[in-house]
Amino acid sequence: MRRTTIVLLSVAGLLAGCLGQPRGADPERNADVKDVTLTITANAVAGGKNARGADWIINWVIPRFTEEQKAKGVNATVRFEQNGAGDEDFKTKVALDFKTGGGGDIVELDGIWLGEFAQAGHVRPLDDVVGKSEVDAWDGWRQIPDAVQGLGEFDGRRYGVPMGTDGRVLFYNKKLFARAGLPTDWQPRSWDDVLDTAAKLKALPGVVPLQLNAGTAMGEATTMQGVLPALAGTGTTVHENGKWQGATAGLEDVLALYQRVYRDGLGDPVLQQEAKGRDRSFALFAENRIGILLESDYFWRSVVEPRTGVARMADRDTAVGWALIPAREPGAGVGGQDFVSMSGGGVRVINPNTQYPRQAWELMRFLNSAEAVKSALAGAAQVTQRTDVNDEVLAGDPMLGFVAERVLPITRYRPGLADYPKVSAALQQATADVVAGRSPDEAARSYHDALVKAVGEDAVAGG
Amino acid sequence: MRAAEDRDPAGLGTARAIGFVAPALLLVGLFLVFPALWTLYIGITDYQLTGPAAAEPSVVGLDNFATALDDPLFANSLWLTALFVLGSAVVGQNVLGFALAWLLRRVRPALRRTVEGFVLLAWILPGPVVAYLWFAVLSRDGGTLGLLLGRPETAWLVEYPMVSLIVFNIWRGTAFSLLLYTSALAAVPPSHLETARLAGAGGWQTVRDVVFPHIRGHVLTNTLLISLWTANDFTPFLLTAGGPNHESEVLPVLIYRQALESGQLGYASAMSLLLLFGNLVVALVYLRLLRRRA
Repeated sequence: MRRTTIVLLSVAGLLAGCLGQPRGADPERNADVKDVTLTITANAVAGGKNARGADWIINWVIPRFTEEQKAKGVNATVRFEQNGAGDEDFKTKVALDFKTGGGGDIVELDGIWLGEFAQAGHVRPLDDVVGKSEVDAWDGWRQIPDAVQGLGEFDGRRYGVPMGTDGRVLFYNKKLFARAGLPTDWQPRSWDDVLDTAAKLKALPGVVPLQLNAGTAMGEATTMQGVLPALAGTGTTVHENGKWQGATAGLEDVLALYQRVYRDGLGDPVLQQEAKGRDRSFALFAENRIGILLESDYFWRSVVEPRTGVARMADRDTAVGWALIPAREPGAGVGGQDFVSMSGGGVRVINPNTQYPRQAWELMRFLNSAEAVKSALAGAAQVTQRTDVNDEVLAGDPMLGFVAERVLPITRYRPGLADYPKVSAALQQATADVVAGRSPDEAARSYHDALVKAVGEDAVAGG
Repeated sequence: MRAAEDRDPAGLGTARAIGFVAPALLLVGLFLVFPALWTLYIGITDYQLTGPAAAEPSVVGLDNFATALDDPLFANSLWLTALFVLGSAVVGQNVLGFALAWLLRRVRPALRRTVEGFVLLAWILPGPVVAYLWFAVLSRDGGTLGLLLGRPETAWLVEYPMVSLIVFNIWRGTAFSLLLYTSALAAVPPSHLETARLAGAGGWQTVRDVVFPHIRGHVLTNTLLISLWTANDFTPFLLTAGGPNHESEVLPVLIYRQALESGQLGYASAMSLLLLFGNLVVALVYLRLLRRRA
């Protein structure tokens, strides 16, 4: 009996040693080797998701960087690990990569994952990975506005280099507006304005007037393109004064908005419950079957983009309109604003497990040089991380110029806290409940309970 | 001399005997015992995929199990799993597999081979391929089923998620029951069937009183195997991802979503242990039934 106990204890001890990982490695390791292999991991794939970014890495970054290194006498091999998965799946994959000590040397992440990855020790501050003097010496930091740099920071430390930012607006189909006898130059002033317009679009057969992302199947898209902009329209953000919003008046307003959209047949509730609902909402918009859709400028750049988008619209430039997201009523928005938005953006981090930290940082600087950022756009426009590039390219694209000038000044960012994903999941579930027919009251109550369970009573406001 | 042979019937000697079983034991240990212990251990921690608990997990004892038993999502998924196993395996695959085997007994061999071929095809195709095909059949955008029934706009997987999954799994898994029952029926002595026919027994009476007593062991074995496979089946994730709103979230799907989508590795391990436990109970019940027959 005693022997069994000893065996069990030693097995448990052995197992316990396996959880978590030893951390900390030398930023100088392999700094002078002549044969280097680096891998870039991104949720981009040639001919599919984010095709432009994938093509850029394959056709521009890899040959140029290899050549540049050759001139220095370094034999560099750069690999590109392509992915074309949903954002949540990609996150899972990358987290597992980091956890098991693998993964690319440079990895593209959604900025909002940074907090939890950092707390898990999956990513480490740039200062630790490549050395503080190296990091501070880069002149590119001066080109990146502070708000955008914040996307790559956690607890006041730099973890990565942001890849630009975005803004959320209401996209609408001008052709459908014209058919419904509505003005094609549209800017709603309140939620009621939006709902009234949607009610008029309802007269068109086969058209979903207004799609507001909801439900758990869409993951973060529900929170970012649905709940949070709406919540901002009620005058609060999801995390205020150190507390998460529980079943507050603002949240109940948001859920009531969802109920009006989906109970009154303005939005398609089935779409929100399907496994591939977001892709379908893109396709339906491109087929002129969705009137109004709350989306990020990503939608304009990469979805309905006429040449490389995943749901191309040949007549995008004339058919797609955009408007600021109104607060519940004028002045009711966060900070007393009439209009609101939410922003996020990607971040490139260096894998702490990399064999070549110095060279990875070199590739990182290369990826973020003005020349590289400009070439990544391939003639298209995007709010990039670099001010110098933005000044040059945004003038050519009215939509992105609009985002830079009108949206970014009024936008909010998500709190980069490790608990955020749990809160986000609870918010998604609350909208799912409303879409499935439960009352906003009920949904708010179960949301509140779920939130208390996830983050603790002390960290929740309202109820 | 005799005593030595009793202890060492193969005449190998202890060292060589250990040498022979060592590779097998090593594989079993590496791929079966270690993961099982590992799951057991993770199940009593708050280990997560990301966040602080990923770096420094702490042991929380039986909290995860208590939480799971108290979790409405777990109860929901337990019920759905039971429904899935009962509907698609115990009743669906069993009955359809037997019916096909019975009916195909006396048809022309060419026809029998063809039918068996098609049924087998459903079984051997890779899961993602099959899921894609069924997506096309059940799609609300002119899916085959909708077109056939004149309801092309019906989102079958959203409106009838569990029914869709059960029908899907019957289609997918019947092949095994068909094969097993075909060979079992071959073991029924033709003279018994002939006697039954002469005594004026109808089809159902023959099956109940003559065939069934002969194949009872096969029925139990088959039911045990397909129940366990179905309870652990992950293909539902490919079709509905557990949706809409958890309406088709069977246990393997719930465990996957908790582990990888929510990152709660500890909690999900505890739930997989509960699933394993449930499987063990089911297996024990079947084994008892089998033994009673013997």
